[in-house]
Amino acid sequence: MAITAARPDPIPSPELREPVLRMQEVDKTFNGGVVALRRMSLEVRKGDFISLLGPSGCGKSTALRLIAGLMRPTLGKIVWEGGASRDDLGVVFQEPTLMPWATVEQNVWLPFRVRGESLRSTRDRIMETLELVGLEKFAKSYPRELSGGMKMRVSIARALVTNPRLILMDEPFAALDEITRQKLNDDLLSLKAKTGATVIFVTHSVFESVFLSDRILVMAARPGRVIREIAVPEPYPRGIEWRTSPEYAAIARQTSDTLHSTLAPGSEAH
Amino acid sequence: MTAIDSSTAASSTDKGPMFDEEEERIARAKRVESVAKWALPIIVMSLAIWYWDRLVVWNDIPHYVLPGPGLVLSTLIEDWPILSEALLVTLKITAMALAVAVAGGVGLAVLFAQSRFAEMSFSPFAVILQVTPIVSIAPLIFIYIDNRIVGLLLCAWIVAFFPILANTTLGLKSTDHNLSDLMTIYRASRWQRLRYLQLPSALPYFLGGLRIAGGLALIGAVVAEYVAGTGGIGSGLAFRILEAGYRLNIPRMFAALILIAGTGVLIFATTTLISHLALRKWHESALKRD
Repeated sequence: MAITAARPDPIPSPELREPVLRMQEVDKTFNGGVVALRRMSLEVRKGDFISLLGPSGCGKSTALRLIAGLMRPTLGKIVWEGGASRDDLGVVFQEPTLMPWATVEQNVWLPFRVRGESLRSTRDRIMETLELVGLEKFAKSYPRELSGGMKMRVSIARALVTNPRLILMDEPFAALDEITRQKLNDDLLSLKAKTGATVIFVTHSVFESVFLSDRILVMAARPGRVIREIAVPEPYPRGIEWRTSPEYAAIARQTSDTLHSTLAPGSEAH
Repeated sequence: MTAIDSSTAASSTDKGPMFDEEEERIARAKRVESVAKWALPIIVMSLAIWYWDRLVVWNDIPHYVLPGPGLVLSTLIEDWPILSEALLVTLKITAMALAVAVAGGVGLAVLFAQSRFAEMSFSPFAVILQVTPIVSIAPLIFIYIDNRIVGLLLCAWIVAFFPILANTTLGLKSTDHNLSDLMTIYRASRWQRLRYLQLPSALPYFLGGLRIAGGLALIGAVVAEYVAGTGGIGSGLAFRILEAGYRLNIPRMFAALILIAGTGVLIFATTTLISHLALRKWHESALKRD
């Protein structure tokens, strides 16, 4: 999966792209009175790659679960624009979350299967997606036969296969080793370049967020909230050279400083 | 890095032959084990039977106290018409009870998984049925139910269904939370969630329950028949044992006993095979490790 794959049309500036989703002043309080998220607003436009970056307990996973419709906001609204709904959602969890009894192909088929579409009628699309993640030779394998990184690729293929308007990724590479992780980061960017997918990516890695996204929302804990939005103006596709450029280093530093400013003295221990 | 490289290189050259010897030793142990796995049980079992035979001969034990293995075998062959008929009856009741236990256990487990209220309402009954010894319920069952076969079936079912219910319920609840969330995101219906996610997740648990239930169905069928007692046509192995006991026909008791034990082993082997075939492609329990 080379980054130098067919270049899509240059992505227009954010203002010109159609909106996908709007979070308006969303609050989430849990039953015990714990404020998981306070007044979060977010506008997602087509083609965005947004990272939610923060320490544990900052509500980044809560935000994702709210968008996925797995929870309701206590206050505020989440509005899907342009007829999109959460039917158009792809999700990648921290674990690959594959069905161990099903082959790779059957796992990727799942979102279609729930829509009542047969494996035969969707096989072309499934194989095409598996090719995108480099697993077309493993369609008939079982998850246990794959490495951790390969399982994650299957999970990504399952999220991509329906060509959703929004893909949510919840620390998808956190459990992988550094080498696999970098490879998957590179591949994710090239996938994004090929498919034009819109992604919200939760991470606690500064470098990952700067490398991947065009907007970083730095979040703080207790209560969970967004404290700063940092733009990463580097255009896509981004290659390996982006990882070593001075701009990358500068933004990483700025992001890291912001993140550290959110940690009250002594709270790192949590 | 270089230090590690040189040290591993040194150790592999120094201890090269020893490593081979070690490998060879492991390979030899594996070969021995693969033979022993079959040979040992056969040898020990043969020795035990031989000792049983010698015990009878050396001590001049009369056959109405303890028959020798040869006599038991010839009785088994001689009485085959009676015993095979009884065996068929017992097998039939066991199989039917197991089938009903599977249907009832799985059905109830699915109901429990769908509705917590159903589980709250009915699980006490299941527990009470399970913890009350079948010998103590059986006489009542045979008072209320005229049809002997139905009575036997009911007894065997009561004993067999609980492990299937308990295991399947546990399995249906043990689905991966993230997969379950995914089904919610995909807006899967209850039926889809059950079929695509919960039932496959529960399969290993169900099969574990099935292996226990297979043995219990046989025990239930035999115990119920002891209680039911009435003989004649359509009697199973348990009744033949009772009858032979009254007549001091000890060799036939042994022959019938062997058939019951054999049936139990056969049921266990069958359910184990089913379990293996169903899980061998994906489940940890059925995978070979190096």
